[in-house]
Amino acid sequence: MFYVTSIGTGYDLSNSVFSPDGRNFQVEYAVKAVENGGTAVGIRCKDGVVLAVEKIITSKLLKPGANKRIATVDRHVGIVSAGLVPDGRHFVSRARDEASSWRGTYKGPIPTSALANRLGGYVQAYTLYSSVRPFGVTAIVGGWDTEAELPVDGQVGTGPKSGSGGKVEGAKAGGPGLYMIEPSGLYWGYYGAATGKGRQAAKAELEKLDLSSGNLSLADGVKEAARIIYVAHEDSKDKDFELEMTWISSVDGPTKGRHEEVPKELLEEAEKAAKRALEGDDEEEEDKGQGEQMEE
Amino acid sequence: MVAPHGTSGMLGEDGIHVDMNHLKSGEVNLGTSIMAINFKDGVILGADSRTTTGAYIANRVTDKLTQVHDTIWCCRSGSAADTQAVADIVSYHLNMYGVTNAEAPTTQVAASLFQELCYENKDALSAGIILAGWDARHGGQVYSIPLGGSLHKQSFAIGGSGSTYIYGYTDAHWREQMTEEEGIDFVRSALQEAIKWDGSSGGVIRLVVLTKAGAVRHLYLPDNGYTGPGVTN
Repeated sequence: MFYVTSIGTGYDLSNSVFSPDGRNFQVEYAVKAVENGGTAVGIRCKDGVVLAVEKIITSKLLKPGANKRIATVDRHVGIVSAGLVPDGRHFVSRARDEASSWRGTYKGPIPTSALANRLGGYVQAYTLYSSVRPFGVTAIVGGWDTEAELPVDGQVGTGPKSGSGGKVEGAKAGGPGLYMIEPSGLYWGYYGAATGKGRQAAKAELEKLDLSSGNLSLADGVKEAARIIYVAHEDSKDKDFELEMTWISSVDGPTKGRHEEVPKELLEEAEKAAKRALEGDDEEEEDKGQGEQMEE
Repeated sequence: MVAPHGTSGMLGEDGIHVDMNHLKSGEVNLGTSIMAINFKDGVILGADSRTTTGAYIANRVTDKLTQVHDTIWCCRSGSAADTQAVADIVSYHLNMYGVTNAEAPTTQVAASLFQELCYENKDALSAGIILAGWDARHGGQVYSIPLGGSLHKQSFAIGGSGSTYIYGYTDAHWREQMTEEEGIDFVRSALQEAIKWDGSSGGVIRLVVLTKAGAVRHLYLPDNGYTGPGVTN
């Protein structure tokens, strides 16, 4: 039951109530909350995944570098979100429970796809009941499913040294995973994902990277992610922001299949390159302008 | 009299033989010879076919090789009821895993499910399971889950009361990279030996060969000295 006021249709007052044309307004309002959050991006590279977020500085009294916005869910999975920060924290907490429960049952790491599926189901349930509100976040889940032979946690012994016994030569397994989950519970797998305030600009930049060809390396992905956050911030009214970035490489890469912060030196290098690229953009455009004038 | 080795008493005083007295009176026991091996292209599971209630042979053509997924099978020993129940539960979970993840479960997934069930319910169960499977990522694998619910990855595994007679035989004759024919010969000969010496084992020899090509059943009868008929599907 809801009280009809003199303004509005009343269809936006509760979850679990459809409007006559089949929309759930509460979910759409949650999306609005996401659209006000700092830009978050994820890039699925050939040898790893990068997560980055534009952390808007709301007070000069906040310690720089503290108050992290990207969380580790399991050794091989990270989550970044845009929207209401506390909702994001609860979402991460659920993700950790799911990853831990998977380990309890299957004695191994949860595949990124399976985690995304479970989280999608969880978020969707919050659109069904009048006693709850939808999540005010869109979350990007990045992970690396190990390509190495998987032992069962706690097992003793090994099979034969050669021939069968868990060692298939040239068998392809594992790899990068990147998923984005919206307040409706909808999720897709992506080559590049962006959400938050600057998502339009960020998506436009991601599309230029030709990620589907699978050529972008993790090292280049880090630089691109930093640049995209800077590009997305360009027209923003918020002056100050911090760039937070994490990555997950393949087992023989720099993070050995784990979700970690991008090292300070690398982050600063990527930030410098991002700033240079932004300044360079302006020059290029000027050059192009002159060149076009010369044409006949 | 309470056995000196404790009240959960699945093992006899020698720590090897199953303590028969823990079974309820009339409970069906798989006094058994089972084994599974790795060979070049996959795994082979083998078992005798005798089921006993005390001295009485309740079934002389039992199938102790149980499918829990397309190319993941297990050999059951101990209580027939307990091992059937555990295999049914694992089978259910593997099938659910297959449909929810749109990907066939690996042998590891099956091993962890078996181990969890056998460990968490160790006081109630009498189940010695050998798990063997083939999957595209890892090829063939053999896991042994003995009475306490520990998990051992092995090149080959033997189990059941009859296995005590063939520790020497299998150790001397098992080789890495055997061909399918060599593998079948090895399992059949070893089980024939176990059946010969173990009073609780007997009947026919059943085999399952698991490779990229899927599961193939074999049958070997005592009438002709366990030489045939061979493939049955």
